[in-house]
Amino acid sequence: MFSFDLLANGLVAGILLGGFYAAVAIGLAITFGQLDIVNIAHPAFVIVGSYIAWILNSRLGLDPVLIGVMVAPVFFFVGAAIYRIYYAAFERTGQESLSGLAFFFGVMFIIEVALILVYGVDYRLVTTGYIGKTIEIGVVGIPLRMAVPFLVASALTAGIYLYLSRTFMGRAILAVAQDRLALQLMGADPVRIKQFAFGLAIATTAVAGALLIIIGPVEPSVGRQYIGRVFAIVVLGGMGSIPGMFIAAMILGVAESLVASFMGPSWAPAVAFGLLLLTLAVRPSGLFGRQ
Amino acid sequence: MKISVFWGSIALVFLAGLGLTQTAVNPYYFNALYVILQATIMAVAWNILGGFTGYVNFGSAAFFAVGAYTSIALDKALGLPLPLLILAAAAVCGLIGLGVGYLTLRLKGVYFAIATLAMAIVIETFVNNWSYVGGARGVYILTPEKHLWFDTYIEMLFVVMLGLTLAAVAISRQLNSSRLGRGLAAIRDDELAAECAGVPTLRLKLVSTTVMGAMMGVAGAPYPFFVTFVDPISAFNLFVAVNAIAMPMIGGTAHWIGPVIGALLVGSLQEIITVTISSELNVLLVGIMLVLFITLAPQGIVGLAQKLHRRIFR
Amino acid sequence: MSDTLKGMLHFTGRVLGALAIALALAGPVAAQEKKPIKIGFSMALTGGLAGAGKAALIAMEIWRDDVNKKGGLLGRPVEFVYYDDATQPAKVPGIYSKLLDVDKVDLVVSSYGTNEIAPAMPIVMRKKLVFPSLFGLAVNDEFNYDRYFQIMPAGPKPKTDWSGGFFELALAQKPRPTTIAIVAADAEFALNAAAGARENAKKFGLKIVYDRTYPPATTDFTPIVRAIQATNPDIVYVGSYPPDSTGMVKAANEVGLKTKLFGGGMVGLQFAAIQKNLGPMLNGIVNYDFWVPEPTLKFPGVEQFLAKYKEAAKDKGVDPLGHYLPPYAYAYLEVLGQSVEAVKSLDQAKLAAHMHKTTFDTVVGKVKFGKNGEWERSRVLFVQFRDVKPDNLEQFAGPGKRVVLHPKEWKSGDIVYPYKK
Repeated sequence: MFSFDLLANGLVAGILLGGFYAAVAIGLAITFGQLDIVNIAHPAFVIVGSYIAWILNSRLGLDPVLIGVMVAPVFFFVGAAIYRIYYAAFERTGQESLSGLAFFFGVMFIIEVALILVYGVDYRLVTTGYIGKTIEIGVVGIPLRMAVPFLVASALTAGIYLYLSRTFMGRAILAVAQDRLALQLMGADPVRIKQFAFGLAIATTAVAGALLIIIGPVEPSVGRQYIGRVFAIVVLGGMGSIPGMFIAAMILGVAESLVASFMGPSWAPAVAFGLLLLTLAVRPSGLFGRQ
Repeated sequence: MKISVFWGSIALVFLAGLGLTQTAVNPYYFNALYVILQATIMAVAWNILGGFTGYVNFGSAAFFAVGAYTSIALDKALGLPLPLLILAAAAVCGLIGLGVGYLTLRLKGVYFAIATLAMAIVIETFVNNWSYVGGARGVYILTPEKHLWFDTYIEMLFVVMLGLTLAAVAISRQLNSSRLGRGLAAIRDDELAAECAGVPTLRLKLVSTTVMGAMMGVAGAPYPFFVTFVDPISAFNLFVAVNAIAMPMIGGTAHWIGPVIGALLVGSLQEIITVTISSELNVLLVGIMLVLFITLAPQGIVGLAQKLHRRIFR
Repeated sequence: MSDTLKGMLHFTGRVLGALAIALALAGPVAAQEKKPIKIGFSMALTGGLAGAGKAALIAMEIWRDDVNKKGGLLGRPVEFVYYDDATQPAKVPGIYSKLLDVDKVDLVVSSYGTNEIAPAMPIVMRKKLVFPSLFGLAVNDEFNYDRYFQIMPAGPKPKTDWSGGFFELALAQKPRPTTIAIVAADAEFALNAAAGARENAKKFGLKIVYDRTYPPATTDFTPIVRAIQATNPDIVYVGSYPPDSTGMVKAANEVGLKTKLFGGGMVGLQFAAIQKNLGPMLNGIVNYDFWVPEPTLKFPGVEQFLAKYKEAAKDKGVDPLGHYLPPYAYAYLEVLGQSVEAVKSLDQAKLAAHMHKTTFDTVVGKVKFGKNGEWERSRVLFVQFRDVKPDNLEQFAGPGKRVVLHPKEWKSGDIVYPYKK
């Protein structure tokens, strides 16, 4: 069943899928990778983003990506507020890792049920001009439904990467993960910086949610499917390294896609997560982490 | 003296449970209690690693499911009786716990958490593709109406579960208050310092992952006989993992009694809410309770009680 | 006629009218005073199956209100006692035990779906209760319970009958297809559907060129569709759930899947929201269904029911048209209600005997159960999507968009074949 066509298409499909995974994982690379906050509710925020994209798309006919970018500032403030609660309850008392995890579990359930109570459990989808269209380049077909999320995700990743490495605030965020004391000596307030970073991470879920609903139908509990994947990507990418995260997302996407093409898709998760287990056992700092 | 109080109450609870099956009490309560006891074992097991050493296991559902599937496979292949199935499940899950621990426990805590998550997905994929135990299609386990000297099968399951729960509590208490337990606490507080002080950290951690895995397997082993139809989606249910984490957190993780209190309280509450409110509010309430408890009483109920105790007797 | 006489007549008329109204009201009023008949069940109101569970509950409540308006059953009003099983099978035994031992319900019916039905079986069987069940696939193959009655029209051999029509349809085409690809989600229903399809393919001598399953949480289906395309099958049989059905259809369109017959057992293509979104991508797909608004399926009462459903489902976030599951959720209670009225008691043995021998008239047409509690004859419809326009929900409320091809008895149009060149 092997053919060059299938291989080329599998690779392309995997890269496109990986791009989407990167969009979902990038926020977590900040919260989990750099701030050490185990935000297991991250995918639930993505679903909120999807629902907002759905509402504005079906009411006003706006493009989902545009909606995602538009509401990202709102998400930013919500994220900052949640960090405030988190800080007051856990970080100040040094209880963060365990209690924080349980806290976000609770947040995840509250988000899920709130969505069910308000919008019910039916599948939600968006309509845009590019869903269903395909560009053919030689033997390779590129469905726009996957290509648009890929492009948006790449832009998002590049933007965040540049922001973190070039601006004062961005560098401060990177520093807060490394050496809190040094930061304080420099006169920066680590709590404010972390609050900003957490807000930024949640803001990305608005965009990721829009991308998710472009790709397929969404209902309140869909987010659970992504918990494993996004954490895997962040760890594989070396905890907090943005380029590492992006490449790890690509690897996961390509692995899933190639397994689906050649080995039978039902083994795809075992391959992807087996890879993660192996990485953890052999090179625990992730593929691109600093040793 | 204190030990005999503990063992005395364990025996008393077991006898009370046994006695309950001989009275004309409503079968519903055995079903409800079974679910609560199952959650209690899971919570106690999770706490042995999560509470005592501070390593978070995200993949509790996988251990539970492996326990369930071990008993399905052996029931199908050899028709073993339930006690042997439980032992086998304990062995298999203990080994998995040991394996995962060996691979990842040398790392920082978060990596262990992610590794357990990944392990759960890998194992679920294997079960999905293992057609002998039904694969993703699921499998039926038919149970007889009566069993030995019990009037109904559920009474037997309840008594078995009660015995297992009490055993789990006893083991957890033993671990908590022994030299081993002090070693574990040292790891939780400062692993590096413990290592320097000569605590064999890796070995201790491996002991606790093994015990944790075995206990979760034990909780899962009778599950197929309780629901009669098992498929991977329900066996690897997220709720199992969530409860295993939430219950000790609410009860208090530092003391062996914490997860027991948490599981009994949250488990009963969930059961009561199911049959009274019974809607989305059910799940919402669990979420809100978790968030409130964690933010307002991070040491759990045990922590609250200790604080109160200190305030009164100081 | 004098004014007085006129006035008197008018007066009498009004009195008579009032009397008539009072009499009409008296029935239900009297029924209200009697001890209600309690029907107990668990239903998935949260979790993965909540979409179906909630729609089913709406349909069931319509039935309850309809029956109570007519004076209830045996002159007693009907009441529901139900709990949310949260799509967790572990909750089901406790719920049925509570219903029977604490709430002391008179009758029980099942939750939705195989996973939530099977855990209730041992408890219901121990009490020897009649158990009308809603969309469980071949549950009774395992339990062999003679008081189990399943309303989904899968047929006496559910696993193979399920896709039988699809194959009969395929093999009647010229040129006769010779190869088939079978792909299914890794979950209970989809795999059973695929297993049945496999058996049928062997029976009819089709060559299986692709036979794979995929995890339900798959995000992108294009690699799968491409792998299928690489084997160049005449027929593509899909067993899938709503999110993956959408993914498959979209991927098939994007890849340009070239096959002669595409569809089979895709759950989700029956739901209005998904139909609206997929729009013209659906055209040509041949998929199973249980009820569609075609002229051949206008059973008495179904339209009134759907009108009520549409009203009740508004703003509830469930399927707005309610074609697929809700009529059957109404019907499985109709079967129970009619039996209670017919045997004039709640005696479970009598009810079971009646349900075995009777042909029921319901909103889903005539229902006759076979020995194992499945429909005596399969009525899995195979419908083809036709002339579907983009972004329009209302088009699916009327005929012509989902043409029934099989079985012959209900056929409303001819197949367009092949699916896509």
